[in-house]
Amino acid sequence: MVLEFRDEGIYCPAGRFYIDPWKRVDRALVTHGHADHAYEGHRHYLATHEAAPVMRHRLGEIDLESVAYGEIREIDGVRVSFHPAGHVPGSAQIRVEHRGEVWVVSGDYKTTPDGLSEPWEPVRCDAFITECTFGLPVFDWLTDAELSAQIDEWWRANRAAGRHSAIGAYALGKAQRVMTMVDASIGPILTHGAVENTNAVLRRQGVTLPDTIRVTSETDLKAHPGGLIVAPPSALAGPWLRRFGPVSTAIASGWMALRGVRRRRAADRGFVVSDHADWAGLNMAVRETGAERIFATHGYTAVFRQWLEEQGYDAQIVATEYGDELLETEEAEA
Amino acid sequence: MKRFAQLFTALDQTTKTLAKTAALTAYFEDAPEADRLWTIALLSGRRPKRTVNATRLSEWAAEVAGLPMWLFKASYDVVGDLAETIHLVLPEAEAAPDRSLSDWIADIRALAAQPEPERKAWVLRSWTELDGAERFVFNKLITGGFRVGVSQKLMTRSLAKATGIEEAELAHRLMGKWTPETTSYVALITAPDPEADLSRPYPFCLAYGVEGDPADLGPAEDWIAEWKWDGIRGQLILRGGQHHLWSRGEELMTDRFPEFARAADFLPDGTVLDGEILAWDAETRRPMGFSALQTRIGRKTVSKKVLADAPVILRAYDLLEEDGVDLRALPFAERRARLVGRIADLPADAPVALSPVVDFADWDTLGPIRETAREAQAEGLMLKRKGSPYHVGRKKGDWWKWKLDPLTIDAVMVYAQAGHGRRANLYTDFTFAVWKEDELVPFTKAYSGLTDAEFRRITHWVRRNTLARFGPVRQVPPEHVFEIGFEGIQKSTRHKSGVALRFPRMLRWRDDKPVAEANTHADLLQMLEQYG
Ligand SMILES: [Zn+2]
Ligand SMILES: [Zn+2]
Repeated sequence: MVLEFRDEGIYCPAGRFYIDPWKRVDRALVTHGHADHAYEGHRHYLATHEAAPVMRHRLGEIDLESVAYGEIREIDGVRVSFHPAGHVPGSAQIRVEHRGEVWVVSGDYKTTPDGLSEPWEPVRCDAFITECTFGLPVFDWLTDAELSAQIDEWWRANRAAGRHSAIGAYALGKAQRVMTMVDASIGPILTHGAVENTNAVLRRQGVTLPDTIRVTSETDLKAHPGGLIVAPPSALAGPWLRRFGPVSTAIASGWMALRGVRRRRAADRGFVVSDHADWAGLNMAVRETGAERIFATHGYTAVFRQWLEEQGYDAQIVATEYGDELLETEEAEA
Repeated sequence: MKRFAQLFTALDQTTKTLAKTAALTAYFEDAPEADRLWTIALLSGRRPKRTVNATRLSEWAAEVAGLPMWLFKASYDVVGDLAETIHLVLPEAEAAPDRSLSDWIADIRALAAQPEPERKAWVLRSWTELDGAERFVFNKLITGGFRVGVSQKLMTRSLAKATGIEEAELAHRLMGKWTPETTSYVALITAPDPEADLSRPYPFCLAYGVEGDPADLGPAEDWIAEWKWDGIRGQLILRGGQHHLWSRGEELMTDRFPEFARAADFLPDGTVLDGEILAWDAETRRPMGFSALQTRIGRKTVSKKVLADAPVILRAYDLLEEDGVDLRALPFAERRARLVGRIADLPADAPVALSPVVDFADWDTLGPIRETAREAQAEGLMLKRKGSPYHVGRKKGDWWKWKLDPLTIDAVMVYAQAGHGRRANLYTDFTFAVWKEDELVPFTKAYSGLTDAEFRRITHWVRRNTLARFGPVRQVPPEHVFEIGFEGIQKSTRHKSGVALRFPRMLRWRDDKPVAEANTHADLLQMLEQYG
């Protein structure tokens, strides 16, 4: 086995490194900066140039080496390279080749381009370790054009009614995607500190984002009526939002595809904006890798495994610590 | 259907009452009358019956979507709603001309009489013609499960705004056994005939739970206390030589409770009583407990044996109509006096008996009386202001329920299962156990009572601490103690623990309590002894 599954994470015995480990290890290759993939406490990190700034921002002083997409590294005779995953800026799939056998770890990915993340590319392999967060046929995303029309319409209507529009989106990836998706000429974009800190990191590395205004206790909110407030989902429920006066709230998440989840979140609107592949995307990705062995890591693993088996793949489930929504919401409190 | 789907979306995507009222009022002002009537019917629970069975629909949808049946079912398990699952898996619709809600419903109703191949062809064609929310609403209508988060009160208020008719009057007009087939918008709403439906009930007056100290309600002498019975709220109507029995959910229960056919032997025509239906032990003159009444619920026809084992009466506590005159505007004390005059002296075999008042001198003495409610086979007390009219629906201030605190037990979580629909991505359904020597005996499930943040925390823990999986159920290590609250306890042969709880829910997560200090099976049996 080029890669095996250990209590610490996905392990390459020949190269003696881990991919996205959740327990402390010596050497960690990290697909992207989300908290359920980039854990703290490893001795040495390897990630893409584009993911590195956010990881430093989140994990502090770490020993982090970075590589370009497609650049090949040899680690103890194992050839390793990072390839775009289209999930968030800097996110990668990790290709591992040993003695002619190729394995790919998908991390999190999205197959359709969002104009922000490096677009996903299929990587041919023998074994594909894939997420399947939305691995059910009920998940079928709208195009970004349809989504931005929905969000713009909501924002415009709120602005006309003298309200702010507050949208809950994870600080890394989703928040920037929402602000690039909307028509920024409608009004000002106001950001929560957690979002703006990430914006600053991304801007510094050359990512183009629309103008935003960081909300602090000094911000004169009256000077920015009808704004689009972009904040982590948890901030929408807390006292932070009160300062804005009348506000319509929305959540941007793939889970908003389910009416029940949408209603539970008790926001005024739910927009189905996901940074993960939908059912068709997952199936396309599996097909395009050309892999015969598939390992499903997080999401609807049992369903996706059985489905793949019926399609003729050798499919298995791997228990991991990925896909924990809690980590994302907790970190967003900061 | 576009206009109706637009209304549905507007109602479904907001939690704000004002926005819902505005959307409904606008709809009642501009939709065609026939659609308005159907909308009123749908929002007051008068849904067309299911015309295609769920299995067929699932098969057809899976076929159109190109999915194996197991995968469709797995999707349905997560979504938790058949109409939504079908809507989500189907391919996008093609453009088609718009047809009104009432036209669609007419077609759906006609479907019942058609042979299956035609039915299938029609449903499949409809799926290709209806887009977005329209298709979801359509699925809800053919599966007989249409619901939207709008109370009848909110609907009535919006209709009042759109028509200028007073809200309480409208609420009364909307009661009873009408359907859009038996009436019209004009006959029901704008120019009704009061004689048209003699079975029509009055809207029920509902109570809020007491918050804090009842002494805050003002002088005790302004109030009447009654036992709060654990039965079925019912309104018994005697008009035009016939009797009708309505539930609070506006369900006609006349046939289910044949005991009330004899009511006319004891009460004059033109009488309407409000009270509680209870299984009644004529010998001891005491209620038999909810488990006895349960044998009568959900049965359309009642066997002689069930009738003999669990006979019911109405314990009446209000008189709404006397000699055909609506008394609802009179003060409660006056209505109560007239009620006593009508039924206090009825013979013991009458199907109606007076629900007594609970005498009390002041608020301080009422508290200890409430504590004895379980001995009186009651759930607590009702407090009613002597001077209050019989309100329409729930209105704060004049009627209060002062229930007993629930029974509680500290139990250990042993299994967890993911929720459905609104909580599909969280572990919310737990099985709890108590100690029997050094073994944990599961005794109940509970799935509500925690905050979303707590459910997220426990979900995080369950994912990391699964011992074994049995389908969707995960066994977890016995590490967490929860306080379980419940309203009653009964003997059960179906459960290994030997008991069944009524309305179990989690009251709190006992983070502070070590597992060894959870309650024992002996504690449960003692509660059964005491309250069962
Ligand atoms: Zn991620
Ligand atoms: Zn992830």
